[in-house]
Amino acid sequence: MSSLRAYIITRFLMVIPTVLILLTLVFLILRIIPGDPITSMVGQKVPEEVLEKMRHEAGLDKPYHIQYLEYLAGVFTGNLGRSMIWGKRPVIAEIMDHFPATLELTIFGFVLSVLIGIITGSIAAFRRGSKTDTGMRIYSIIAYTLFIPWFGMLLQMLFGVYLELLPIGGRITPGYSPETITGLYVLDSILTLNLTSLVDALAHLALPSITLGIVLSGAYTRLVRNNLIDVLSQDFIRAYRARGVRERKVIFHAMKNAFIPVITLMGLQFAILLAGAVLTESTFSWPGMGTFLIERIEYRDYTAVQGAIVFYAMFVALISLVVDVIYALLDPRIRY
Amino acid sequence: MMLLEVKNLTTIFKTKRGVVRAVDNVSLSLDKGDFLSVVGESGCGKSTLAYSIIKLIDSPGEIASGKIYFDGKELTSLSEEKMRKVRGKEIGMVFQDPMTSLDPLEKIGDQIAETLMEHTDVTKKEAWQIAREMLEKVGLPPDRVDSYPHQLSGGQRQRVVIAMAVSLNPKLLIADEPTTALDVIVQEKIMDLLNEMRKEGRAIMLITHDFALAAERSDRIAVMYAGWIVEMGEAERLTKDPLHPYTRGLIDSVPDVWVDREIKPLPGFPPDLVKPPEGCRFRPRCPVATERCMKEPPGVEVDGRYVKCWLYEVE
Repeated sequence: MSSLRAYIITRFLMVIPTVLILLTLVFLILRIIPGDPITSMVGQKVPEEVLEKMRHEAGLDKPYHIQYLEYLAGVFTGNLGRSMIWGKRPVIAEIMDHFPATLELTIFGFVLSVLIGIITGSIAAFRRGSKTDTGMRIYSIIAYTLFIPWFGMLLQMLFGVYLELLPIGGRITPGYSPETITGLYVLDSILTLNLTSLVDALAHLALPSITLGIVLSGAYTRLVRNNLIDVLSQDFIRAYRARGVRERKVIFHAMKNAFIPVITLMGLQFAILLAGAVLTESTFSWPGMGTFLIERIEYRDYTAVQGAIVFYAMFVALISLVVDVIYALLDPRIRY
Repeated sequence: MMLLEVKNLTTIFKTKRGVVRAVDNVSLSLDKGDFLSVVGESGCGKSTLAYSIIKLIDSPGEIASGKIYFDGKELTSLSEEKMRKVRGKEIGMVFQDPMTSLDPLEKIGDQIAETLMEHTDVTKKEAWQIAREMLEKVGLPPDRVDSYPHQLSGGQRQRVVIAMAVSLNPKLLIADEPTTALDVIVQEKIMDLLNEMRKEGRAIMLITHDFALAAERSDRIAVMYAGWIVEMGEAERLTKDPLHPYTRGLIDSVPDVWVDREIKPLPGFPPDLVKPPEGCRFRPRCPVATERCMKEPPGVEVDGRYVKCWLYEVE
């Protein structure tokens, strides 16, 4: 077990250089991009004195190394600067307004995609070569190639317009929001025992998370199927059977082995999901990070964009840390 | 009554090209404390024979006919659940490649304990204790229960596999090429270990392509060719004075470092079992084949040995 602890500590320490490199890259890229952020925000016609004043307020007139140090110090104290438009709120506050929406959608979409992928993939693997298998493989390709806005609109038409079962956009019906604790409506509704809010939040979540879930499940279906077929043909599975181990337990061991590459994909997908939710968010008018980021890019809200990217980067670094730790817990060969 | 009696066993594989009779009308028997080697080239059906005995033939394979009597039970008609209880508990199995026959994700102790708990009413703690004793028995430090397979060498892993196979004290141990993936020094040790297991009263059935190993270690040898047992008898006599032309060819093709003699390789290849040659299956490669060999040869008893060849049938 000590090798596991050593692995986790090493892996944890590796986050520090990763995050530093990420932060530096974000800083450099935003400054390498041609054009002055202030002029691109307010336009060319504003008098130079006003521009100077705005630059000074944003701290952009300082030398780069000072800006860099201030930026690093800010990030580590949780201060991502202030937005440059609309009341100049702290960027972290803006992010906290939008991030829970994205996180909630991402979690639901993610769980759905993994569930669908594992179920369809396992069915295909256990009935290898049958019509069901062919069906599942066709499903995986179709799901993988679906275009989110198109598929989302299809679902909106079907369930929202024709059947009138589910809302087609937004996170919650105005006035139904639960008391904010975590910002995740479903969780908050449960914590405050607010059934009306819970039902409403879930109804709003249904279509966007089904859209995300189905589109992302294709890759899992394929991966689970191929891995499971591979593992089921391994000697040690036959060895379990030859020792008279119950079939149910043999399947459990096979699934556990087949699951390891799936976890890698889960880690990668979660990061892609956060970014990929942009399309889903705009299709379903979801007030999340994607919507926020697009809006601020259009207004050249320099600090907000920088802050959002930094936030994303840190979050992805955290997710990959968690994935690697789960990986090590499952697979003894990873620990060194 | 013998411990194991296989009677007219036929195992087929229904492939797209046709039906493959991988094991064709095979009979053999094995008593407690016996050490039988089944020898043959790749694809001769020796492994299929082993897996047929524990009824672990993967689709599209199936036992088409014949009976397997084991310790008072007839296995071919046994339900899957009853058969499961025979596997591991009454018949232990050792596999060819110890690198792949252990689950990479489970501790050695867990893998041994799971088998024990599947068949007996021991607690997890007791099962782990037995696992430690078993490792000691096969010459490994008992604290290896805490290791994962990737932390062991090939020889150590094979010891673990053997420990696992004998942990429930089965009456029969089937070893499918247990030393093929190991170097010769380790091979000797593993074979010694199998021999110890035999001395405890178990019957051993060794599946191998290594004639020299079979001759050195076993009491009896069964030579398989294209799904048939072509010769079977006491190991020393079979080796010194082979009856079947195939056995003779097999012995002549084994290099011997102690004796300076020419190696005579067997010409040709084993037949395609979807369309085996008419009559004797060895006929196309046989140096002494005659007209008679166009018909399936009879199994005759010569000198206390079984041989399936026309040569020993007086016209």
